[in-house]
Amino acid sequence: MGASQSAGTEHEFQDLADRTGFSLEQIGNINKRFRQLSNNEETLSREDLASIPALDNNPIRAQIINAFFDKRNLHQNETGTVQEIGFEEFLMVMTHFRPAAMGLTEEERENLRREKLRFLFNMHDTDSDGTINLEEYRRVVEELLSKAGTIGQETAKAIADAAMLEVASTTRGKMEPDEFYEGITFENFLQILNTFDIETRMHVRFLHMDTATLRCGKSK
Amino acid sequence: GDFFLMLIRFLRFVFVGIGLPIEASAPAYQSHGTEGSHLTNITNTKKAFPVLAVNYEHVRKPFEIALWILLALLMKLGFHLIPRLSAVVPESCLLIVVGLLVGGLIKVIGEEPPVLDSQLFFLCLLPPIILDAGYFLPIRPFTENVGTILVFAVIGTLWNAFFMGGLLYALCQIESVGLSGVDLLACLLFGSIVSAVDPVAVLAVFEEIHINELVHILVFGESLLNDAVTVVLYNLFEEFSKVGTVTVLDVFLGVVCFFVVSLGGVLVGAIYGFLAAFTSRFTSHTRVIEPLFVFLYSYMAYLSSEMFHLSGIMALIACGVVMRPYVEANISHKSYTTIKYFLKMWSSVSETLIFIFLGVSTVAGPHAWNWTFVITTVILCLVSRVLGVIGLTFIINKFRIVKLTKKDQFIVAYGGLRGAIAFSLGYLLSNSHQMRNLFLTAIITVIFFTVFVQGMTIRPLVELLAVKKKKESKPSINEEIHTEFLDHLLTGVEGVCGHYGHYHWKEKLNRFNKTYVKRWLIAGENFKEPELIAFYRKMELKQAIMMVESGQLPSVLPSTISMQNIQPRAIPRVSKKREEEIRRILRANLQNNKQKMRSRSYSRHTLFDADEEDDVSEVRLRKTKMEMERRVSVMERRVSVMERRVSVMEREGRWRGRVSVMEREGKCDGEGG
Repeated sequence: MGASQSAGTEHEFQDLADRTGFSLEQIGNINKRFRQLSNNEETLSREDLASIPALDNNPIRAQIINAFFDKRNLHQNETGTVQEIGFEEFLMVMTHFRPAAMGLTEEERENLRREKLRFLFNMHDTDSDGTINLEEYRRVVEELLSKAGTIGQETAKAIADAAMLEVASTTRGKMEPDEFYEGITFENFLQILNTFDIETRMHVRFLHMDTATLRCGKSK
Repeated sequence: GDFFLMLIRFLRFVFVGIGLPIEASAPAYQSHGTEGSHLTNITNTKKAFPVLAVNYEHVRKPFEIALWILLALLMKLGFHLIPRLSAVVPESCLLIVVGLLVGGLIKVIGEEPPVLDSQLFFLCLLPPIILDAGYFLPIRPFTENVGTILVFAVIGTLWNAFFMGGLLYALCQIESVGLSGVDLLACLLFGSIVSAVDPVAVLAVFEEIHINELVHILVFGESLLNDAVTVVLYNLFEEFSKVGTVTVLDVFLGVVCFFVVSLGGVLVGAIYGFLAAFTSRFTSHTRVIEPLFVFLYSYMAYLSSEMFHLSGIMALIACGVVMRPYVEANISHKSYTTIKYFLKMWSSVSETLIFIFLGVSTVAGPHAWNWTFVITTVILCLVSRVLGVIGLTFIINKFRIVKLTKKDQFIVAYGGLRGAIAFSLGYLLSNSHQMRNLFLTAIITVIFFTVFVQGMTIRPLVELLAVKKKKESKPSINEEIHTEFLDHLLTGVEGVCGHYGHYHWKEKLNRFNKTYVKRWLIAGENFKEPELIAFYRKMELKQAIMMVESGQLPSVLPSTISMQNIQPRAIPRVSKKREEEIRRILRANLQNNKQKMRSRSYSRHTLFDADEEDDVSEVRLRKTKMEMERRVSVMERRVSVMERRVSVMEREGRWRGRVSVMEREGKCDGEGG
């Protein structure tokens, strides 16, 4: 692992740091973790992520893994999924979990919110059509309750239906009985999660860590 | 009390003048043995049978207590009837002023006004407020900021105590002040009493300004958790000032004592909390006494820890926090409402009484005024608080992701109010301290300054500085879904990153809770229920109750949007006959339920909580009925549309038929021709 830290890689890291806003140290740590997950190869595949033991008990495991391979999260204006990702793409997905820096202007804060909520939206909108329809939302709730046995599955439908009803009521107000509500658009999504402090809640501490022993150290 | 004796004497005078036979000042069932010469002739002269007898001594104590509480509550009522006043002046200030007036009145009459008895305060008035705060403590913001809160509570209070004590000692050394008899330990003792932020005052003031959640939990959490520090410092310095010297061993023991006091208090509270949760598992047949278990176990936790000189406040908080999730899963909805309202009611009464008594005690207490000492105390309080907050925030911000801004720091510093706990601790000082009166005067001045000046100006300052206010949001199922989703997502991403951060440990705790703890503490099959479903059920119940009470759909759900808009299903054509049948069945069911509810007997010892289930099912029926009626009307419209189309098609068909016949005829003609 030490051999790969050549001058060329340092330069790449600096470039990445400038583009993503991570510090050099954080990028170094994430790189170490990437190499560990990918068994020192250049690219990461779904199987590599699926083998992480910490994800075993997570009910939304599949969605999380998919999010790493979703082209929409890679800051490119394409849709669809890829089979493998390189380090740069891995880092791009991680940028969504950076905490909000101090002293942001209102506009910057709004942009950060949109970015993070877009990530969540993409996780729900599995067919990439720009709206979350009832079927997709039902699947989200079912996955969340997937560890809860049969009680979960029965009420999951009711909960998803009630949630959609709530979104429709808050965003559309009145509708004729014949009209059809297609699904939650991104703007609707922003509206219903208006009071959700996503910019302060959706972050992971990229700690200074020793990947060999996986102990936590001081944060930077 | 003596005032009432005077009133009785006055009344007796009046009535004797009129001629009615009235006996006073003798308990009803004891023998008359005190009225001298009358009674030697008791066998000879027959006294008139006392039609009306006044016996005040019999009911004196409870009467006075009830009267004080009634007076306090009437005052509270009065304030809220004057709209301008309650918007400008916080309630705590008004209550202290009332106390001052009442105290002054009593003094003018010539009686001795009652002082806030420390025993009464610590054992009766303080616990309800703390239990209310602890039971309804918002867990998420508290645990996210617990590090910051502990730093402010422990290190902040220590800094305040030593800074103030040290500088006051330096002041006393100056000749011109005239206080050279005060030694260092006495000053440190004074410092430790005045340094603690008071939860009662903070609650009273912050309740009215609706500040954002972060600042609120920081100040409030600090005021709760600094109790351990205050207890240890107070006992330490009290002991030492008797002895006169301090050794290193004593200091070391003091530090150990701090850990014992705080962790011991939490442990005692947690034990009682688990006991309460376990008890609530079995209360499904005796719903009426469920709230009492919550109150009694918590009070026992407080008393037990006070018995061992552990921190009672931390025990109470720990008890409330531990038992709440399990108890709420077990008790009925009515019990939950009862607990909520009783806690709010008791804490409101306690708070009112505390502030009034503070005013009365000010008039009553022995005072020793020394300008320099008192003014310096007030100034030092402010200065040490500001310095402490700024210094600690500088260090804390290095470890926090969401940094504390300057505005946040200002409110945290300005919101550090002192209150009745400081006064009671000062009052507890034994009379052997020659500085006791001076200390009490200084404490009262500091309390008045913080409550009046800081309490009154904090609201306009919050507006002026445009500090973030609390976001008013109704419980929304979408937010709940996304809170859980985000938790799992962040745990997953932490797993991918490969480090065991907050979310990982939180997940482990949740899993441990679900597999082992809930099994023992939650009744029936409910322990398997995930939080999302419990939340959804509660929301449905609330909506159903609102519907039953108002007789219609709540405004949250405008009646124009229904599931029909979201998932139109192909509705099979229902014949008119079938439709009538369905309507009849639904109506009959509703009738049945109504009859069932009326015929149930009501007994004081049982509360049928099947009542609320009946309500819910009636509401569900009503909802279903409305849905069906809506669908039926939609169907009718569609049916009429389809009928029109069918007739159009038939007409077209006839036309087409004619055209094809004509074409065939034409072709035949053509071919034939």
